[in-house]
Amino acid sequence: MTDRFHLDAVPIRLESCGKTFPGGSRALEPLDLTIRGGETIVFLGPSGCGKTTTLRMIAGLESPDPGGRVWFGEEDVTALPIERRNVGMVFQSYALFPNMSVAENVAYGLKVRRVERADRERRVEEMLDLMHLGAFAGRRVDQLSGGQRQRVALARALVVRPRVLLLDEPLTALDAKLRDSLRLDIDRLLRGLGVTAVYVTHDQGEAMALGDRIVVMAKGRVAQIGTPRDIYHRPTDGFVADFIGAMNRVSGQAQSGALRLGRGAFPWSGPDGPVELLIRPEDIALAAEGEEDTHLDGLVAAAVFLGDRTRLVVETGDGPPLTVDAASRSGLARGDRVGLRLDPSRLLNLPQP
Amino acid sequence: MTTMTLSRRGLSFWAQLVFTLLVCALLMAPVAMSMLAGVTANYFVGIKSGLTLRWVEEVWRLYADTIFLSLRIAFACLGCTLLLGVPAAYALARRQGAVARAVEELLMMPVAVPGLATALALIVTYGGVGDLRRSWLFILIGHVLFTLPFMVRAVLAVMTSIDLKTLEEGAASLGAGFARRFFSVVLPNCRSGILAGSLMVLTLSVGEFNLTWLLHTPMTKTLPVGLADSYASLRIEIGSAYTLVFFIMIVPSLILLQWLARHDRSAP
Ligand SMILES: Nc1ncnc2c1ncn2[C@@H]1O[C@H](COP(=O)(O)OP(=O)(O)OP(=O)(O)O)[C@@H](O)[C@H]1O
Ligand SMILES: [Mg+2]
Repeated sequence: MTDRFHLDAVPIRLESCGKTFPGGSRALEPLDLTIRGGETIVFLGPSGCGKTTTLRMIAGLESPDPGGRVWFGEEDVTALPIERRNVGMVFQSYALFPNMSVAENVAYGLKVRRVERADRERRVEEMLDLMHLGAFAGRRVDQLSGGQRQRVALARALVVRPRVLLLDEPLTALDAKLRDSLRLDIDRLLRGLGVTAVYVTHDQGEAMALGDRIVVMAKGRVAQIGTPRDIYHRPTDGFVADFIGAMNRVSGQAQSGALRLGRGAFPWSGPDGPVELLIRPEDIALAAEGEEDTHLDGLVAAAVFLGDRTRLVVETGDGPPLTVDAASRSGLARGDRVGLRLDPSRLLNLPQP
Repeated sequence: MTTMTLSRRGLSFWAQLVFTLLVCALLMAPVAMSMLAGVTANYFVGIKSGLTLRWVEEVWRLYADTIFLSLRIAFACLGCTLLLGVPAAYALARRQGAVARAVEELLMMPVAVPGLATALALIVTYGGVGDLRRSWLFILIGHVLFTLPFMVRAVLAVMTSIDLKTLEEGAASLGAGFARRFFSVVLPNCRSGILAGSLMVLTLSVGEFNLTWLLHTPMTKTLPVGLADSYASLRIEIGSAYTLVFFIMIVPSLILLQWLARHDRSAP
């Protein structure tokens, strides 16, 4: 079904695109970024880090500071306003037109493009069917649920066959369950359409699930660009490591080629002195207290049952408590004593934010 | 039975109903009396002197031109305030700056200044310009000045209650240029404000007396000025018949506009 809607895959290139708002606030440091044709790229970062600003610059709703350039393929679109860039945009608040029905909303972009009536009606109908909105064609948009509105917004943006699809936190206004199912729908749609898509979110789950690549942003800069696996397993700085998933900090002491960490000692090439290392919960194994090969002992301070696993907070008496995952049926509870075994190959030594 | 109804509705409901009806009666009585006087053969004798349409005919003969002038001014005024007020409200809604907020405050000024003062200012400033002083356009200028803030306020209220900026960005993202966005998205979504403003402007213009009284000439008398005139110099029955004509004229248009406004909210 989606084959019919296959869209062009235009690469996007940002060339030292910074943004300073009137009033002097620097929302974005000059940014260079290449988005491959057909790729889904996700901007991820905490509130105020400049995700929306970057997206709006690609859309043509903001212009970059002098010197910045935006390229769609071989075309320099820096000076083109949004209405001439042929992008599809899904806004966080959907921005559906309350004065029009669902079908009229979807038909709007086609009318603007002077698509002939018969052709227009056919395309609107196909798009509504694709989005499972056929039954709502004649409804007013304020008579729709949040999820339905969201799909109308997507349909409206896609029906004009945009060169680029831009989505600004399209799922934030929805409840968790709906978010999950729509996320799957969007994922399938983006893959099927083959359109170049830029997706903004502050939800790392969404970013991991949807992104071919993720751009992690912090304070108007790019902190790291990479595939979801890269970002998770090989964060390049402490900010990314902390922002994505749960991360533990353990401190050790380096001395003449060895790093002492609790009872353990690992080979170490860095200079002597105290060292702070990072490790993911899943890279810490649980054992009985005092068992052979364990590096640390601790007391379970909290145990949160998550269904598929139990998340433990373990006090080691040295530094911040550690987050560790126990098997779902382990039966560990608050007050139990445990031994911890760290996987030395998974310890990360990163520059601190 | 009665006590049951009473207890179901609650005492305060009935108290409020009675009070409301009383207030209505109080407000309506003079109007009703006046309209009745307009069709009474002899006011001093009372209703037993019989009912007649003579006075209404008389009014029509003497003052038909004031009625048409009032209507012409009201609709011209509506046109002007729409052409000036809607774009002005749009500009104010889209601009965030302190200047826009200051202009918004200033817009209320002409309402605070007494109509007579505005009229004097107009006469002093433009009274000598060509034939303007003798033209109905002079009154129109006064009315536009007086009613424009009401139009701007009404439209602005609706524009700020919807997320106009995002709606427009949505339309722009679909390829619509400025004019298209304005006519297909901005205006339709502000319809209720525009209708409310129009209603206000029409009624204010038709009923305006203060300004008009100073601005008018014997050749440019509007309905309220004519009304004052007839009360002052003619039989009370004629004045009352005049009121009757005024009501017959204004009430249907008010009802029509109200209906449009209501219809607008429920329509797809
Ligand atoms: N129109 C504007 N004028 C001035 N400053 C702005 C404007 N828009 C955004 N900013 C500032 O630029 C910075 C980045 O904003 P942006 O909207 O891009 O953040 P974001 O990453 O999308 O955040 P969120 O997750 O909260 O949406 C913020 O500090 C914000 O205050
Ligand atoms: Mg944002």
